Amino acid sequence: MTTVEAKTHKVAHHFDSADQEKAASKLGIWLFLCTEILMFGGLFVGYALYKRMYPDIFLQGSTFLDWKLGALNTVVLLVSSLTMALSIYYAQKGKNSKSTTCLWITLLCGFIFMGVKYIEYSHKLHLGLAPGDFFSYTETTTLKGLPLYFSFYYCMTGLHGSHVLAGMVLIFWLIIRSHKKHFGPSYYTPLECVGLFWHLVDLIWIYLFPLLYLVE
Amino acid sequence: MSSSNHIVPLNIYIKVLSALLVLTVLTVAVAQMDFGVFNVLIAMGIATVKATLVLLFFMHLKYDNKLFLVIFLTGVFFLIVLFLFCEFDIITRIPENSVL
Amino acid sequence: MSVNYLNEKKGLASWLFTLDHKRIGILYMITVFTFFLLGGVFALLMRLELFSSGENLVAAAVYNQFMTFHGAIMVFMVIIPGIPAFMGNFFLPLQIGAKDVAFPRINLLSWYCLIVGAMVALCSLFFNGVDTGWTFYTPYSIRTDNGTIWVVLGAFIMGFSSILTGLNFIVTVHKLRAKGMGFFQMPLFVWALYSTAIIQVLATPVLAITLLLLSAERIMGIGIFDPKLGGDPVLFQHFFWFYSHPAVYIMILPAMGVISELITTFSRKTIFGYKAIAFSSVGIAAVSFFVWGHHMFVSGQSEWVGILFSFITMLVGVPTAIKVFNWVATMYKGSIKFDTPMLYANGFLFLFVIGGVTGIMLATLAFDVHVHDTYFVVAHFHYVMVGGTLMAIAGGLFYWFPKMFGKMYSEFWARISFVLVFVGFNVTFFPQFILGFMGMPRRYHDYAPAYEPLNQLSTVGSWMIGLGFVVVFFVVIQALLKGEKAPANPWGAVTLEWQTDSPPPHENFHETPVVTKGPYDYS
Repeated sequence: MTTVEAKTHKVAHHFDSADQEKAASKLGIWLFLCTEILMFGGLFVGYALYKRMYPDIFLQGSTFLDWKLGALNTVVLLVSSLTMALSIYYAQKGKNSKSTTCLWITLLCGFIFMGVKYIEYSHKLHLGLAPGDFFSYTETTTLKGLPLYFSFYYCMTGLHGSHVLAGMVLIFWLIIRSHKKHFGPSYYTPLECVGLFWHLVDLIWIYLFPLLYLVE
Repeated sequence: MSSSNHIVPLNIYIKVLSALLVLTVLTVAVAQMDFGVFNVLIAMGIATVKATLVLLFFMHLKYDNKLFLVIFLTGVFFLIVLFLFCEFDIITRIPENSVL
Repeated sequence: MSVNYLNEKKGLASWLFTLDHKRIGILYMITVFTFFLLGGVFALLMRLELFSSGENLVAAAVYNQFMTFHGAIMVFMVIIPGIPAFMGNFFLPLQIGAKDVAFPRINLLSWYCLIVGAMVALCSLFFNGVDTGWTFYTPYSIRTDNGTIWVVLGAFIMGFSSILTGLNFIVTVHKLRAKGMGFFQMPLFVWALYSTAIIQVLATPVLAITLLLLSAERIMGIGIFDPKLGGDPVLFQHFFWFYSHPAVYIMILPAMGVISELITTFSRKTIFGYKAIAFSSVGIAAVSFFVWGHHMFVSGQSEWVGILFSFITMLVGVPTAIKVFNWVATMYKGSIKFDTPMLYANGFLFLFVIGGVTGIMLATLAFDVHVHDTYFVVAHFHYVMVGGTLMAIAGGLFYWFPKMFGKMYSEFWARISFVLVFVGFNVTFFPQFILGFMGMPRRYHDYAPAYEPLNQLSTVGSWMIGLGFVVVFFVVIQALLKGEKAPANPWGAVTLEWQTDSPPPHENFHETPVVTKGPYDYS
């Protein structure tokens, strides 16, 4: 494996050095992650409050979810997090093609995650377990407030899924740049920033999985 | 911050992923058992351990500028503030007849 | 004239795609003033309807829309971006000796977010309008006409503008200060913007998710805030005020920063208690997250939470009073010059103290239950928002105008504008305190005949404010067209932005400054 040096990255005019530019970018992305936490947090707070108010509804709601699919998606996202981290690792070592391969695997994991989500969603919509006004599931044993559980289910997984999609678009952008050999030991800031975003998406799923699929 | 160019050894990444997978199995396993009121606490505890691993190693917080950790914890802190006040309100409110 | 940021490139495209923080600041200025005009027209129309009792000018439903548009436009499109995005963008990099903000592209994106958000919000005008008030309280906002969703989505998009500006400023302050400038050599306006940015980053996302849920509620009936489906409408208020109370400090903190600059410059004296003012900015930002429940004393939240919030709210008075005392102490034995900016700064002090003290009155739970949703509350927050923020915007505009455009304005007419705005403001809003005590409820298009005389006084006052701002507008246009050339430092100020040309060159400084002394060293 030959080590390929990245094409020289030009530091923007208002920065004194590449280090300063990189530090600024990382501070920016961490602040952005903080806003993401608070945005998802609103849903988590709502979930916690209603779960305590209506424990039965949440218990019954979770029985419609297949924990095996949830667990599969958890594993997929965790693996994708590793490959994302590895793509940075190989970029730091100057091994461009390995770095690119890791990005491709990460993107593939994103597709698997969304595919599983599609299977789950279509199954539920088929049963009539749709959000809000479109809820049409009628069984005699169904609790009256069941739609509320599915409101949370769709809002939380929907917002999360949209972040996975956004992450996939960004990773695709990284792949293009990586093929053009833009990254190397001296410059890999975009890899790090998108990586941090991707890990946050993983982190949120780590909480969503037990909260939605494994209610007791 | 020169530490931002720190390279984490490959075997640490592999170990962290293994730990995360083991913890995922554990999450599913404890969900099958009943610990009463501790159910939620155990599930959230395991999730938090997993989240911490991701933060420290995958997201490099262990090696990076500690300001990032402060930013992250600030976000979590204000989330807890939002939750506590809302929860306190709902618990101490005069119970009304819910439609459900 | 030498090459500067204004004449360096020409054409509309060079403005719409500019990455220069100064030009983006000017774009914000034009945007904010346009919306201010629009929101002001709605305010004048409301006061006209309230000139006499009975239905005079418009029907009740139309009045409710005027009220909503006035509130939503003034809050989301005028005072939230007013000082941080307009003056902050222009002067934050200049004051810390940087060439630009940390992320110029994101800076431009945030302006487009504001424009797109505002356009989306104004689309509601074509869909039966909106009559919820700017707070969108559930369950009414779930059931009322379809225009609501446009304003809600517009506010959601404008929220991103606010978040991105805040994020940019925090990174800029951390990473781009000139050599030798530690945190305690930063001007106080920068401290105020930094504190504001913290609130913008922490609070706005919660508004974003709340508005998304409200949209989902309207489109799909998900029931999280709908009591009919088991949701809790009071929870909406919790989420809303978790953002919107800190947002009140997004509006006032930067104004306080402007005032710190004005008072020290025109007293020609080092600011008294620099660290106290700096820390009180951060203190206000921190406390702001623990007090939101004082908007909800009569909303149906638990009495216990009400008592708790009432106590914590009193704490806001501490850092605020620290600032006011320090400003007064700065003026003590200073060589005060009452130029227009200083007049506005003193107007701010006078009006803001009234607004602040009535705020403490309203924080008292029992008193608030009495005057809740009366004109007392309306008068209180206009004393803070208009008497505070708007006075600071006007003061800051006249202070920095020579730097921004390299022209001097007519001092005489600028002073006239101050007299009109200041007197008109008091004539408009002081009677509203009394009306509130008498029990006149807010947000109605009509009132009992007993309230008529004070309402007429109030409406006459609104004309004076309107005239005052027409004069401001006239002064600005006249100065742009025919103003004398401004020197680099017309006021003898010492912060960094005055050490470069007026107007500044593209990269702000011909030589990157090195800071060797404190920000307000007049020796």
